[in-house]
Amino acid sequence: MIRRKLERRDFLKISVAASGGLVIGFRFPGISALAAGQAAKDKPTTDTATFMPNAFVRIGTDERVTVIVNHSEMGQGVYTSLPMLLADELDADWTKVGFEPAPVDPKYNHPAFGIQMTGGSSSVYSGLQQFREAGAAARAMLIAAAAQQWNVSATDCRTEAGSVVNGSKKLTYGQLAPAAAKLTPPEHVQLKDPKDFKLIGKPIKRLDTPEKLNGAAVFGIDVKLPGMLTAVIARPPIFGAKVQSYDDTRARAMPGVRKIVAIPAGIAVIADTFWQAKMAREALHVVWDDGAMRNFSTTEMMHQFREQAKTPGTSVRKDGDAGAALASAAKKVEAVYEVPYLSHLMMEPLNCAVDLRADSCEVWTGSQFQTIDRLNAAKIAGLPPEKVQLHTTFLGGGFGRRANPQSDFVVEAVHVAKAAGVPVKVIWTREDDMQGGWYRPAFLHAIEGGVDANGNAVSWRSRLVGQSIMAGTPFAAAMMKGKDYDPASVEGVDDLPYEIPNLTVESHQAEVGVPVQWLRSVGHSHTGFATECFVDELAGAAGKDPYQFRRGLLQKHPRHLGVLDLAAQKAGWDKPLPKGMGRGIAVHFAFESYSAHVAEVSVEDGNVRVHRMVCAIDCGQYVNPGIIAAQTEGGAIFGASAALFQELTFEKGRLQQTNFNTFPVLRMNECPKIETYIVDNHEKSGGIGEPGVPCAAPAIANAVFAVTGKRIRKLPIRMSEAL
Amino acid sequence: MIAFSVNGKRVDLQVDPSTPLLWVIREQLGLTGTKYGCGMAQCGACTVHINGEAVRSCVAPVSRADGKSVTTIEGLSPDLSDPLQRAWLEEDVPQCGYCQSGQLMSAAVLLREKPSPTDDDIDEAMTGNICRCGTYPRIRRAIHRAAEMVAKGGAR
Repeated sequence: MIRRKLERRDFLKISVAASGGLVIGFRFPGISALAAGQAAKDKPTTDTATFMPNAFVRIGTDERVTVIVNHSEMGQGVYTSLPMLLADELDADWTKVGFEPAPVDPKYNHPAFGIQMTGGSSSVYSGLQQFREAGAAARAMLIAAAAQQWNVSATDCRTEAGSVVNGSKKLTYGQLAPAAAKLTPPEHVQLKDPKDFKLIGKPIKRLDTPEKLNGAAVFGIDVKLPGMLTAVIARPPIFGAKVQSYDDTRARAMPGVRKIVAIPAGIAVIADTFWQAKMAREALHVVWDDGAMRNFSTTEMMHQFREQAKTPGTSVRKDGDAGAALASAAKKVEAVYEVPYLSHLMMEPLNCAVDLRADSCEVWTGSQFQTIDRLNAAKIAGLPPEKVQLHTTFLGGGFGRRANPQSDFVVEAVHVAKAAGVPVKVIWTREDDMQGGWYRPAFLHAIEGGVDANGNAVSWRSRLVGQSIMAGTPFAAAMMKGKDYDPASVEGVDDLPYEIPNLTVESHQAEVGVPVQWLRSVGHSHTGFATECFVDELAGAAGKDPYQFRRGLLQKHPRHLGVLDLAAQKAGWDKPLPKGMGRGIAVHFAFESYSAHVAEVSVEDGNVRVHRMVCAIDCGQYVNPGIIAAQTEGGAIFGASAALFQELTFEKGRLQQTNFNTFPVLRMNECPKIETYIVDNHEKSGGIGEPGVPCAAPAIANAVFAVTGKRIRKLPIRMSEAL
Repeated sequence: MIAFSVNGKRVDLQVDPSTPLLWVIREQLGLTGTKYGCGMAQCGACTVHINGEAVRSCVAPVSRADGKSVTTIEGLSPDLSDPLQRAWLEEDVPQCGYCQSGQLMSAAVLLREKPSPTDDDIDEAMTGNICRCGTYPRIRRAIHRAAEMVAKGGAR
């Protein structure tokens, strides 16, 4: 048993309270009501006595257990995994458990990052203790209430599936809720021994699935408010461009158009409907002052990166003397890897609805960054942050884009609401979304390495060139403290696990006027590719099997070895493949979890086809293996899309890609067979949303080499550029 | 005036006939289960049925529905009793869920035309529907499962 002292201040003591939310819509009360055009405050109250022992759970006399979740649901399963943690400790009846998104409040801050947010694959492992303790505290109070009523000792009571039991006596949590609400939360709680878990570790079905199958789930784009108008914005075609002049004569005369107004983001067209706003925007004539980026070209930028990589960068890691060791190496390998800018490309384009009043501001959006979004909205609204409430809807994908350090999509919507004078929803078209910036930065890795006469790796030097993501964000101070490089640029290479005695990592921070941001797996999305391809090249120089070569360098890293062996074994690494097929392997540590992939590919007429991916994942003590498998598969597909198809390029300052036709995503007919194997252990829990991504590209690229003998050093993979 | 039926209910609308059906469904009719993803028939998030045929409603002018019968995700079966919805539940398919309305509507036409689809049939019918979360393997399993349910007598 684990005993922990609870922070009293974390526990809201709420006595019997009336709550309307529970009866209206169980799964998503507030938002469902709003979608139907009702404001939350208009909802009828009921006499449902509610027991809310802390900020994370509410139990009604109707037996319903509502878990208030402080992380956003963007597909990664937090509306299920976090309730599982709480419900397991509560001994709740799972069929009575629902979820509700948390409002913005400091008590819902991320325990590690200190703001309310979703990112870093950290929701479950950072909430593990919090949600378990919240459930255990509620359980203790329900037991105390029952013990009082029966006049027995609490220690003689036990719980089972939503009831407290003493001998033949039994009271349900709903029956006990009013009495429990009058008690004081305990100072200490006892957490279960893992062997007593009933939910944790089981492939429990997601709680949010039913409403995602009949159109009921409400995403930001679905929010409807009484009297609401819809806006689209004409944004600069080049980053940093400004409106010089605009003529809205034709646009203003178009049906449904209510107002056209210049805001800092561009020219907002406000109309009765989206389609009217979009049509009017097309009739708008804007003259732009193109600004400093007018001649920006990614081809040129990569040339500059290549030149920059020839000079020493800021030292990130220095073991031994890589230069000297390379000079005396029996065989040397030099390789330059390039990855492009990438769009997050969530299926649901950005949007934000705002109801701005004289003394309040309500925002509805799929946010990953509630605290920051509220602060930024408050600044524009001219209100103190506590007068601004942000309602988190379902996110139609996030991948980091909805955690924008400047709250770009929220700030502009508040500007539009100011001008509109009525509730308004800003919708981005797919083209707006893709061209709106905040991409995964393009990166270049120049790597040199050497092996000795016995085929041992003796030297490795990585030089990275790319833009910093952290600079200028709320995390810059904490992340870059005492460092003159951005850890998010080098994560995954600064901690390269391979036992190579002489290892240098250097970083060049490029200054480019393209806004960049974290995208699913952040720095690992390119360091995984570059390092795992280069290890393969070193193995080639050493004349060794790529899997065995890695094993030799990972002897002190049992968890790396564990996933590597598991993936190799399940893939049948030693078994021959049919002619025309090749196999590649990769292993990577990211977000506190270990991952390895084996890819099987064929290449015909220059087209790479991925037939099978075998994924092994070690995320320590796991919570929901069904969700872990889904995230691992999804991560592999996300990584494969980037490896095979995706690239954002600029010419004359303008982005060349606009929609799914020019920035493709892997489709059903291109999707490989994917197998996921989860390592069973009780190590500290790690992340799961992102660790499945980094290995996909190098495993595929290494498989391409196995079948063609050509090295892939640039993404997306184009056989015409293979070496 | 344009008149058609949506999920069995007749609607009469005063609307610009060139407006895409998607936005009429979402904004005029308030049925937001049908999603906007690309506006150019690339992603399939907006898939609905017109007289039983899968249509990308983001590029179909509302005039195309005039006098016809439109089915949206809300009409597939509001109580999740359709074998596809049941199979989607059993396979725990959705992640973010945004594309799933379109996936289900495409799959419904596939199953009607090919009650026992092969993997190739699934590729052909479902390749127009993008899922950024990568639920394809589960969608494939769920379609096979739904086909089995129908074969074993689970009425559609």
